[in-house]
Order: sequence, then structure tokens, then C-alpha cells
Amino acid sequence: MARYTLQRFIYMLITLFIIATATFFLMKLLPGSPLQNQEKLTPEQQKIILDKYGLNDPIPVQYVRYLGNLAKGDLGVSFQYDNRPVSTLIADRIGPSAQLGFQALVFGTIVGILLGVIAAVRHNTAIDYGATVLAVLGISIPSFVFGGLLQYYIGVKLKLLPVAFWEGFEYTIMPTLALSVFVIASIARFMRTEMLEVLGSDYILTARAKGISGFGVIFKHGLRNAMIPIITILGPMAVNLMTGTLVIEQIFAVPGLGEQFVRSINLNDYPVIMGTTIFYSALFIFVIFIVDLLYGLIDPRIRLAGGKK
Amino acid sequence: MKKKLSIFFALLLALSTFLAACGGKKEEDKTANEGEKPAQEAPAKEQVLNLLESAEIPSLDSTLATDSVSFRVMNNVFEGLYRLDQNDEPTPGMAESYEVSEDGKVYTFKLRDAKWSNGDPVTANDFVFAWRKALDPNTGSEYAYIMYDIKNAEEVNTGKVPVDQLGVKAIDDKTLQVELKNPIPYFLSLLAFPTFYPQNEKFVKEQGDKYGLEANTTIYNGPFVLSEWKHEQSFQLKKNEQYWDAQTVKLETINFNIVKDVATAVNLYETNKADRTGLSAEFVDKYKSDKNFKTKSEPVMFFIRMNQKNEVLKNVNARKAIAMAIDKEAMVATILNNGSKAANYFVPEGFVKGPNGKDFREENGDLVTFNAEEAKKYWEQAKKELGKDKVTLELLNTDTEVAKKISEYVKAQLETNLPGLTVNIKQQPFKQKLELESKMQYELSFGGWGPDYKDAMTFIDMFVTNGAHNETGWSNVEYDKLVQDAKTTLLSDLQARWDAMLKAEKILLDEAVIAPMYQRGSAYLEREYVKGVVDHSFGADNSYKWAYIE
Repeated sequence: MARYTLQRFIYMLITLFIIATATFFLMKLLPGSPLQNQEKLTPEQQKIILDKYGLNDPIPVQYVRYLGNLAKGDLGVSFQYDNRPVSTLIADRIGPSAQLGFQALVFGTIVGILLGVIAAVRHNTAIDYGATVLAVLGISIPSFVFGGLLQYYIGVKLKLLPVAFWEGFEYTIMPTLALSVFVIASIARFMRTEMLEVLGSDYILTARAKGISGFGVIFKHGLRNAMIPIITILGPMAVNLMTGTLVIEQIFAVPGLGEQFVRSINLNDYPVIMGTTIFYSALFIFVIFIVDLLYGLIDPRIRLAGGKK
Repeated sequence: MKKKLSIFFALLLALSTFLAACGGKKEEDKTANEGEKPAQEAPAKEQVLNLLESAEIPSLDSTLATDSVSFRVMNNVFEGLYRLDQNDEPTPGMAESYEVSEDGKVYTFKLRDAKWSNGDPVTANDFVFAWRKALDPNTGSEYAYIMYDIKNAEEVNTGKVPVDQLGVKAIDDKTLQVELKNPIPYFLSLLAFPTFYPQNEKFVKEQGDKYGLEANTTIYNGPFVLSEWKHEQSFQLKKNEQYWDAQTVKLETINFNIVKDVATAVNLYETNKADRTGLSAEFVDKYKSDKNFKTKSEPVMFFIRMNQKNEVLKNVNARKAIAMAIDKEAMVATILNNGSKAANYFVPEGFVKGPNGKDFREENGDLVTFNAEEAKKYWEQAKKELGKDKVTLELLNTDTEVAKKISEYVKAQLETNLPGLTVNIKQQPFKQKLELESKMQYELSFGGWGPDYKDAMTFIDMFVTNGAHNETGWSNVEYDKLVQDAKTTLLSDLQARWDAMLKAEKILLDEAVIAPMYQRGSAYLEREYVKGVVDHSFGADNSYKWAYIE
């Protein structure tokens, strides 16, 4: 296990290095400079400033310099937020994004599993069809439509919850709901399919034949096996949600990381592009690793120990 | 190994999904949002203003800031030698008075007794320090060029002479002497521009890299201080009791919440969480008859550049035809719908007045109006001269929603009114568009320009031969001379200088170097109890010094 973990860790570093390299060179292909006042500056004035940041050096030189700084843990400073270190920029914003993502994930997963299980158990009844329709709607309606509707009807018309901002738990309810719709729908769909398969398998028949109650069969024997594919999608979904979503954060004025990445690309803010990419990738790789470990816990048939195959 | 490979691909896929998602990024509406205090209770009394801001503050370092959010905050927490008053005229700020030499080149400012928010006095050295810092090539200031009228400023900025050669001197603690390269008549209003703000040398050096990054790593000398700054979320201004003119300032607190989505801003306004909000085109119809609906006109011009490297666009008749073939009134009414005005001119309306007190526009009037028939005549003439029957031109624009609608409208107008013309639309990200323009790799290009200082020259000198912002390949000896004279010899005769600029604009549009489209406006909602918020036409957008709740 230790050996496997170490090996995986090394692969993770290599993956991260490849991503950082690919992003760096792709990023340099973006047209334009990171100057914010570019349209007003003459080429000579632009050169003075770009020289200062070493952006007129050959790209391989810039690349080596970047890696050197990265090895020292220095992600550089932002262009759009003059001189603000990229690390504090990410640290300032990840909190709200992570909280929102986590809430949406927990709520969405629980509701999604329940919905999926109910649909599977009440297979081919009105309840099943209802749940399926909900799931399809949830997947196909973009979250900004749902978010906008929530905001207008619950916030503006009924005045039940605050329209936007980030000042306490009640401010997180609507964005969490809006974010979790997709989670509910995806999980419910997977859950229903898996559950149907599991419920049709021999050992469930055996369990029932032994006289275990319907509830027990479903939750003790069925759910655990049906969870495996859910774990697979849950990992990436968690990273996606917790690193922030552009649209929901904009609609509810959440001070998160979601918009930062997109904006940094539009503005050619190189250090922020690199910083957020590396942060996001590292998180992603780590979560995939955790998911692999979780497989083993949920299904002992999946063995990790044989690292060398 | 397979698994690792698949993980790698999964990652690549995730990355590409991200990148793809970015391509479709919805254009963030630039309209600044402001709002005010929750009403309901006893309207007003409490001097608290609740506003919305469209983005996080990028910078509080006056030598580095370039954007409207930073400028708006800085204009209210800092003060230069002069500040703009309610009519955009310079009014004494840190300066109490000034004397100017006979040749108009040496200004001597007497500073008033003013304090920074940490109690330090504001001294002449604070200006010398900040201005040298802005021009120092190691600072990388993107607005350094705004100071190029100061003696040796350009040389310092380009590293040709050391910073101590800059024509700015602290004679004593309260006396500042500034030497200019040319006796520009608009120097006092230029001093209100954020790059000219002072910085307390001792404090800035103490803070080092952290200066301007947090509310408590910055000190203030303006009507307000930044009392709280939650990044990407909100910030708060409180009245600065140390401010020299504190008795004029009525507001106690201004709360800003950062809201990027216009629909959200409108909803916040509706629920009394904000008292002022900008409106984008889709909301204008809904609120047009609301008593709190207002529009303002801004001195920002939009126009189409025509690249004269293209053989068709080298023909003046073809350019005239294009400039006259677009119904601009219909464009602003249907697509923009926010107080923008169809422009038959290049120097904006309501921006500058001449020595005789008349607005630039009042003097020069409409120079190129929509006229489909005339346009067609010029077009036929051009086609004959070029020996062509069919012409295809490409129209470059940015990749926003509004840009798309405008491009389609322009295409339809040109193709309808100019027979034989086909227009292809090319939408590019903003940065790429700038690059293509500066390399002159375009045919027609839609773009904008806002003023840097309060003088028609900020528009007029764009199109001098080989000017950095000309980008059309146009060159005209007479125009160049008018601009050159207005910048040098005519500085002693302001009426003649004014006339030269009027004439230059006429030449520019008579030759149809560009096709003016519209002068930008913006629509907003403001609660009736908000009084005295000043909108400025250049530099920072707003002043709250004179604002109050009624």
C-alpha cells in the first residue's frame, strides 16, 4: 500500500509537470500581451513594460525561469491585480467556492441517491417516470436559468431569501440549490440504472429468499454495490464544484474563484492562468487518487495492493 | 500503465473542457453599478450610501492603476493637487494656489495644510516621490505616458535619463515646482488624473510589496478612507475626518458590494439593497418610464477604421460611401438603447469648450451624416475608378454579444446601400483584435476611444502620420501640421489652437479616414433620495464628495 501510494505520488508529480508545461506553452500562443491599457500604449511604451517583466525574453527562457520560481513555491504576481501574489489571490477566493461546492455536493448526492433508489424500486411506475423527467430537466436546464428563476421568485417576489451577496448561511441557500440541481439529476440517473441492475442480481434474490426485509436488502446489500460508479463521477464533480462555477457565482455575487480563471485567460494574466491551472490540476489529481483508494473500501474485490501488474 | 494514461487523458479532457468553456464566456457588462442605502425605514437622514461595483478593485497604487474601478475608488480616497468639481472643472485639492511663469511652462504650487489618514502631513515630496515612481521604467506603469508633458518625463520613462532629472521639485515642504515641456492649457485638469496623486514615501517604503493591496496597508488623503476591503466581495468607504474639506463631505459611509451580473444588480435595486445600478440594453425598455431611470452621455467614441493598405479603401470615394451608408440613428435606438447618440463627428459632444465658451460640437456641427443616396453615388464613382463591380471587405470586431449585433447591423446596412459590396464579419477576442489593428491586418475595424485628458487633442492627434493609434495608413500633410502647431507654436494663442483642431477634425472626416458610429451613453437607475453623486467625463467616473441622502 505504501509502495503503491509512493508510486502514485510520483506519477502525480509527473502529470502535474506535464500539465504545467503544456499550459505554459499553450498560454504563450494566446495573442496579445497582459497589459491592461494596451489600446492606449504605443509599441515603444509596451516594450518598456514588457521588458520589466521579462516578457520579451525567448519563451524557453521564460519557461525555465517560471519552473525555477515554481520549484521555490513562488507562483508570481498578478497583472490584472497589480502586484498581488497569485497564491493570496487564490487563497482569498477558494473559501466561498469550496463551501458552496461542498454544500451542493452533499445535498445533491443525498437527494440524488434517494431519488435514484426510489425510482429503481418503484420501477416503471408514475414515481419512476416522474423522477426520470426531473432528472432530464435537471441535466438539460442550464444552472443560470434555474439560478435566475430562483433569485427572481424567491428573492425578489417572495422575499424569502436574500437576492445575492455572501454574508451568512441564508445567503448560501439559493446558490447551493442552483448548483445542486445538476448533481441531483446526474446522481439520480446513475443510481437508478445501477440499482436496477444490482436489484436484479442473484445475491439480492438470495438475500430476499433469506427473508431480509425490503429495506434492508436495498440499503445494506443493494446500495453499497450500486455506489461504485457514483464514486467515480463524484470525484471529478467535487473538484468542479469546489473550485467555483463562473455562472452561479456571478448571479449570486459570490466572492469565489470561478470567474478568476476565465477572466485571467481573457486578460492574458499569465501568472494567474498558470497558478489556477496548477491548483486545479493538483486538486484534480489528488481527488482521483482518493477515489481509487475509496474503491477498495467500498468494494473489496478491487485491490490496490498489486501496484505492479 | 493504461490506467495512468487514461488519467492523463482525463485531465487533458478536463482542461480542454475548461478552455472550451472560456471561449463561450459571456461578455461582462461594463456598466458600472451603484446603489444606495436600504430605503423603507425613514427615508434618508442616515448618511449611508449603498452602491454596487462591477468588479474587485484591481489596485490602490496610483502609479499602477489603469481601470475604472480603481480610479473610482482612488478618486474618493485620494486627492491630487487638483480635483474635478461637479462641472468637470479643476478645483484646488492638495494645492491651495499656484503661480505660473510667463511662458506657461513653470508652475509653482502652494500646498495647503492637509494630512494623510495616519496623521502625517501631505508634503511636496509626496508628489515628487509618486511622480518619479510612476515614470520609473522599473515600476512598469501603464499610464506613465499621461505625464509626458512634464519636462524629461518621457526620457525618464524610457530610461534615457535618471529619475532625478524629472522636471518636478520640492522647493520646501509646502511648495512644489513643476516644469513642463510645452505650456499645455489643460494642465490643471490633468493634475486631477489618478496617476498624479501623491504617495507618502515613508509609508510606501515601510509597506513594500504590500502597499495598496489591503485597506490597512494604504493611507489616504481624500474625502473618504477605505475602511474595509473583502476581496472579490465588498468594500467600504468612511468619511475621512482628517480631510481638509471634511465639512463639505456629508456621507458617513459608502458600502460597495461587488456584483458582476446586471440582472442581479437590478434585482438588488428592486429589493432596496442598492440605490443605484447600471442597466444593460435588455433592461432599458422595462424601466424607461420609471421615474428613477436616467441616462448619461459619455465622451467615448465608437467608429470604424478603414485600412488604406486595402486598394478599395485607399479610394476616398469608397470610404465616403461607407461612412455615409450606415443608418446610425436606427443602430443606437435598436441595438444600444441606453442613451448612446448617433455620431456624425469624432470629437464628442459635451466634452470640451473653446476659448469662446462654445462646445466643440456646436462649432463644427455634423460632418458626416447618413445618406443612402449620396453614399450610393460615391460608391458607383469608386467602383468606376477602381474598375471593379464586386467588392468584398472584412469587418473586424470583438467577440462580445453587442459587438456581434453591431457587426451584423453594419453588414446589412452596407450590403443594402452599396450594391456589389459583400461584408464578412470577423470576430476576435479583444486582445487579438488590438494586435490585428496595430499590425494593420484588417480591412474594416470597429473600435472605440475615450479621452485621457480634457482637451480635443486627446482625439485629434490619433491620426497623425504613423501615429501609434492611427492604424489606417492615412497620412495628410496639412492635418499633421495643424496637430503639430496646436501642440507647440499655437499654445500661446488658444483661439488659433482651437481653430486648428476644428479644422483638423473637418479634414479627418472629409477624407473619411474613419466612419464615426456613436457616442457612448449609459442608462442607470438611481433612487430619488440620492443627491449629488457626480459623474465625470474623464479620469475617474464618479465623485461622492458632494453626495448626500435626502
